[in-house]
Amino acid sequence: MKRLTPYLLALPSWMWLAIFLVVPMAAMASVSLQTGNAIDGFAMTFSVSNYTDAISRYSTQFLRSLLYGGLATVAMLIIGYPVAYWIAFKGGTRKSVYLFLLLLPFFVSFVLRTISWGFLLADDGVLFGPLKSWGLLAPEFHVLATTFAVVGGLTYNFLPFMILPIYVALERVDPRVIEAAYDLYATRLSAFRRVVLPLSLPGVFAGVLMTFVPATADPVNAQILGGTANTMIGNIIQTEYLTNLNYPTASALSFTLMAVLLVGIFIYARALGTENVLEAVAQ
Amino acid sequence: MRGRRLGDRLLHAYTWLVIVWLSSPIAVMILFGFNDKKSKSNTTWQGFTLKWYDRLFDISDLTVALQNSLVIALVSTVITVVIGTMLGLAVGRYRFRGQGVTNFLVFAAISTPELVMGASLLSLFVSGNVPRDATTIIISHVLFSLSFVVVTVRARVIVLDPAMEEAARDLGATGWGTFRQVTLPSIMPGVLAGAMLSFALSIDDYVVTSFVNGGTVTFPLWIVGSVKTGIPPQVNVMGTLIFGVGVLIAIATSVAARRRA
Repeated sequence: MKRLTPYLLALPSWMWLAIFLVVPMAAMASVSLQTGNAIDGFAMTFSVSNYTDAISRYSTQFLRSLLYGGLATVAMLIIGYPVAYWIAFKGGTRKSVYLFLLLLPFFVSFVLRTISWGFLLADDGVLFGPLKSWGLLAPEFHVLATTFAVVGGLTYNFLPFMILPIYVALERVDPRVIEAAYDLYATRLSAFRRVVLPLSLPGVFAGVLMTFVPATADPVNAQILGGTANTMIGNIIQTEYLTNLNYPTASALSFTLMAVLLVGIFIYARALGTENVLEAVAQ
Repeated sequence: MRGRRLGDRLLHAYTWLVIVWLSSPIAVMILFGFNDKKSKSNTTWQGFTLKWYDRLFDISDLTVALQNSLVIALVSTVITVVIGTMLGLAVGRYRFRGQGVTNFLVFAAISTPELVMGASLLSLFVSGNVPRDATTIIISHVLFSLSFVVVTVRARVIVLDPAMEEAARDLGATGWGTFRQVTLPSIMPGVLAGAMLSFALSIDDYVVTSFVNGGTVTFPLWIVGSVKTGIPPQVNVMGTLIFGVGVLIAIATSVAARRRA
């Protein structure tokens, strides 16, 4: 009986993960190779052409998603690193207060936050409306429905996921190590570049993973803040699944997206060294 | 020395700037729940009013959507906490066959993009002719919350002193008695943290839900659905109330944790 305990404890979750995570992936793989339509049903035909057709038809949106996800991730890194640095080294006794303030947006629904941005950036909204009526901005000036709005929205929505892991990594840096660098006549810049930065890399790795993947696959920001020229692959997958009921194409696109992201993570992990990856995952 | 202090002060100001930037949409959301708007759209400030708080439940399908979200979040949190705590105990305490696969699946469930998760679940339900309703939403919410409960519970189980449980057994406690009176209280902070995370993830979810909802509308789905026609102030008020309750619970928990420590 005693030996069975861990298996009995794990059993319900195993079943849940098997039935609703593993089997659906297999179902999606199967659907992605079928042909047919929503009315007459779909049949397995092993049509690999679903993939080639879907990718060639939506390559623009695919590349755009990777570009937007990448731009947002770089922006988050540049904006977030100094914040994580300051809280970790200079936050003093109020570190947890600063972290709490950074997490405040998560108490508001993701879609509502994004809509609030749309509202702030509206062509004649609270920001631009008065500026336009005072003649400080041209009447045709707009931010919504541009690349800037979508990338900005992604940056805004996922920024805390970049700051937190970097903060955790920096928090662990022993201040004596930095002092030792100064004792050995390092300048502030070289102490940062050769001591602090390398020690924070696992956090940077985790932060990039936690932001690039969801940002690239996000359909909400493009839908609410973007225009027809900013459609991302997430929007296409949603439309193909839910509006066009074109399940094979949609499944093929989802699978390709996941494969691209996995390959990206893998290359990135190799470039950074597997040790850092394990450390980042262990966090 | 001077330059150093200036740099620190600049970084301090910069940190506050980022905090203000992150909070500004919340401020706008709260503010426009008090807007005495006359026109159809709620985009310009037209004076202060409390009437939207009074007419909070005037839009019946919005109210239903909010109720759906609360019920779904509650049910999926209960399921997630029960099975997630069990798995957290298993991986934190025991060595068993399949542990590597289990850890991989827990990691995979966290790192799969929501979009892919929603799409694959819909593929399953479509292939199996499963009708989509609140049940399928709850199934998917348990799936994406599960790993978070496992991780938070496991973290507590690992630091648990086995001597405590041995002592309980030496004093004649049964297996279940030991669990209820010794193990569970000591892992409770992890269980509660996991429960709060599950509830928050569930009530907030749009992407996965949009694939598996069928005809059932949740709060985030209703909001996205009404973007084109304009968000009514009631949504701002509901968002404000959820925000207020969430912040209060978070502050209360951290104060309680500090007292105990």
